[in-house]
Amino acid sequence: MYRIGVDVGGTNTDAVVIEGKTILAAAKSPTTEDVMTGVIDSLKKVIDETGLDKSKVSAVMIGTTHFTNAVVERRHLSKTAAVRLCLPAAQCLPPMVDWPEDIRDEVGNIYWMAKGGYEFDGREISGLDEDELTGIAREIGEKGIKSVAVCSVFSPVNDDMERKAMEIMAKVLPEADFTLSSEIGRLGILERENAAIMNASLRELSHKTVGAFARALESVGLTCPYFITQNDGTLMSTEFVQSYPVLTFASGPTNSMRGASFLSGEQNAIVVDVGGTSTDVGALIKGFPRPASTTVDVGGVRTNFRMPDVYSIALGGGTKIQTDPLKIGPQSVGYRIFEEGLLFGGNQLTTTDVAVGLGLADIGDAAPAKALGEETLTEIKAEIDQMILNAVERMRVSPDPIPVLAVGGGSILIPDMVGDLPVIRPEHFAVANAVGAAIGQISGEVDRIFSLDGLTREEALAAARKEATDKAIAAGAKPESIELLDQEDVPLAYLPGNATRIRLKVVGDLDG
Amino acid sequence: MDKLREVFDEDLDALEIGAAILGTGGGGNPYIGKLRCREELKKGRRIEVIPLDELPDDALVVSLGGIGAPVVGVEKIEEGQECLRAMRALEQELNVKIDALISSEIGGANSMEPMLTAAQAGIPVVDGDGMGRAFPEMQMCTWSIYGHTSTPAAMADEKGSIIVIRKTRDEVAVEKFARANVVTMGAAGAIAMNPMKGDFVRRAAIPYTITQALELGRAVQKAHREHLDPIQTIMTQEGGRLLMTGKITDLERHLKGGFAVGQVTVEGFGDYDGQTGRIDLQNEFLIFRRDGVVEVCVPDLIVVLDADTGLPITTEVLRWGQRIAILALPSHDLLRSPEALKVIGPAAFGYPEINFNPMPAKGS
Repeated sequence: MYRIGVDVGGTNTDAVVIEGKTILAAAKSPTTEDVMTGVIDSLKKVIDETGLDKSKVSAVMIGTTHFTNAVVERRHLSKTAAVRLCLPAAQCLPPMVDWPEDIRDEVGNIYWMAKGGYEFDGREISGLDEDELTGIAREIGEKGIKSVAVCSVFSPVNDDMERKAMEIMAKVLPEADFTLSSEIGRLGILERENAAIMNASLRELSHKTVGAFARALESVGLTCPYFITQNDGTLMSTEFVQSYPVLTFASGPTNSMRGASFLSGEQNAIVVDVGGTSTDVGALIKGFPRPASTTVDVGGVRTNFRMPDVYSIALGGGTKIQTDPLKIGPQSVGYRIFEEGLLFGGNQLTTTDVAVGLGLADIGDAAPAKALGEETLTEIKAEIDQMILNAVERMRVSPDPIPVLAVGGGSILIPDMVGDLPVIRPEHFAVANAVGAAIGQISGEVDRIFSLDGLTREEALAAARKEATDKAIAAGAKPESIELLDQEDVPLAYLPGNATRIRLKVVGDLDG
Repeated sequence: MDKLREVFDEDLDALEIGAAILGTGGGGNPYIGKLRCREELKKGRRIEVIPLDELPDDALVVSLGGIGAPVVGVEKIEEGQECLRAMRALEQELNVKIDALISSEIGGANSMEPMLTAAQAGIPVVDGDGMGRAFPEMQMCTWSIYGHTSTPAAMADEKGSIIVIRKTRDEVAVEKFARANVVTMGAAGAIAMNPMKGDFVRRAAIPYTITQALELGRAVQKAHREHLDPIQTIMTQEGGRLLMTGKITDLERHLKGGFAVGQVTVEGFGDYDGQTGRIDLQNEFLIFRRDGVVEVCVPDLIVVLDADTGLPITTEVLRWGQRIAILALPSHDLLRSPEALKVIGPAAFGYPEINFNPMPAKGS
């Protein structure tokens, strides 16, 4: 049986066909505004290349940086209502207080704080007020907002109030999408709420995107199940991604790192993935991305769901360049490089133009870039090299001369040495993300507080593991293949009843 | 250098880093406090700072801050005026007017609470604190050690409750009563302690620790900006000592009496290749041993930093495989006296066999 991995980047859409450990075919097509055409083009290419029997494809795995890019570029975000259940607590810092202004404006900076929320031990801070929530829902309706994020204090311990608040508001807003913070983040209300609001602002885009993927697969005659990859290198169903688009955040870097490891055989390295819009730098430890130990910024917003430790900079193959004064990015022409880039007859100078102008790559027409003069081009390239070096140095974990794995469609921008580190460009490097997607597994995760009164630590861990395993099986994992990926228990200081927070994740192979 | 007179918006990021470093692994995260200070400044309020030596003899100074579980502090954030209500309750109880506030604990979250409360009340905050670092219990501060009685102490929660602890047998009992009350409050509340006279504060406070936190934070920021080694930058500035760079190879944490207790084992790399370090922790990092021999212990500061970024790592985010730098910073002489060591020396933390051997002080 074959697996197809697809990666939709800001600029290119890649596809690979793998069988076991062998890559049978790889193809690359431009990402299109409708997403679908690009997916269809690259799928057609790999299917034609291999003369694949479509009935023998067991699954298609799609990785997409679509949602991350939407946040980073502040595009396609829907106006969102944030409702925090907390009063009288937690009013000193309103929702979105620590967001950069531009993205806060983009999602509307619309919020309410209402009665509700729990204490750490499950007592109510105050009861839900149905009239208050109905009034808020009416105001949301009047503003024409269709996506609502609900966040209650201590919802990771008890999510009842978030659910009840959703039911109350849904009576007034039957068409609205609700995102509950307890389903996304961990303890730490600001970061979890941030993640929930961001998720809510992406729901409309996720409906469109998932629908487009389904139509794309159908149109090339693939009838197998398809999955979207999430940021731990595992897979989610399409229903799931429509509800939780933020879980795709950083799935691109995860896929590219796992793919780069698979392709190069290197287990410890720095991976630099240059896409069309951004460059992601991560560290591979034993073939897996090093996880971020603390909160993670997405487009300048702090969030706290589990992610790989990735440092992103706004530098890609389609990044716009101003020459006077020199300014690289942060905007990118993305997939419109084929219309707007100088090398394709457009009038926007991009990083790829610079690479082509310096003879580092041979695509399109180098003449318009060359017209800038070698001195200017060299100056710009030096600035680009410095941006890459800074990012690599930031992620480097030791003075050891571990290799830099250069992947992604824009990796022609990476010099042969980054500082003192040698650069390896693995075979199929341009489609590492798609390979990483194709090798995705199914996971199950638990993150909540257990009381150790009448329960030993080992019993609590076993209970958590059982819960995670059941989740993984329900999501489509082969029971006998399930193993523990990661487990962590943190005792909570100053709390009675020996409360401990257990985070645990299992992974298994996709059944079929 | 000029004395610190006011804290501005652009100082808050550095203060956050510095306060976390002085937290020696505990003390709670100062991030939320930083945001709250920023909100106060946005409202046009000011954080005025009074240098310790300019505090008048008869000024009434109150040590106040948040009390509770750090994990609750980042989830059930405050209504906003808990500390102010606790302070007003004290004024009412004693029929006095409070002139200035001071932090009991510069390390961690309680570096920020007195600043933002001072801004709300329109009074200055004193440049100094009662620990010079973080400790797990309230009586472990210089106010209590040098003879101040913390009662009456007033507590407030977000729901409007005010509790005054009028009198207790001793300072430890204040901590016990307050701790019991704060559980009922939902493990997050504010406490303000019996006012101190200016002349006592001048004698008993660890001096200029807001300035110290600010400078520590600025050193890390400067290192980042100029691509210097942040660890080296901190040591040069603070007269500290790099104990080891290494990787966490074993980590054990469990609960004992409501505290996170445990050990971290570190395998050295670089200049420390072949050595094994061990840190004992009780909310904060307490003891550092190299190859089984105690080298640094409380009250001296054991600081764990991310080996690459120089940013501090707290006990709850320690992970297996993390690459860390372990630093020791000298504690202030006020923490090293026989009466102080009774309360905050190794024996007070259950290590009667360890003798406190002070590391050389800054500048010596």
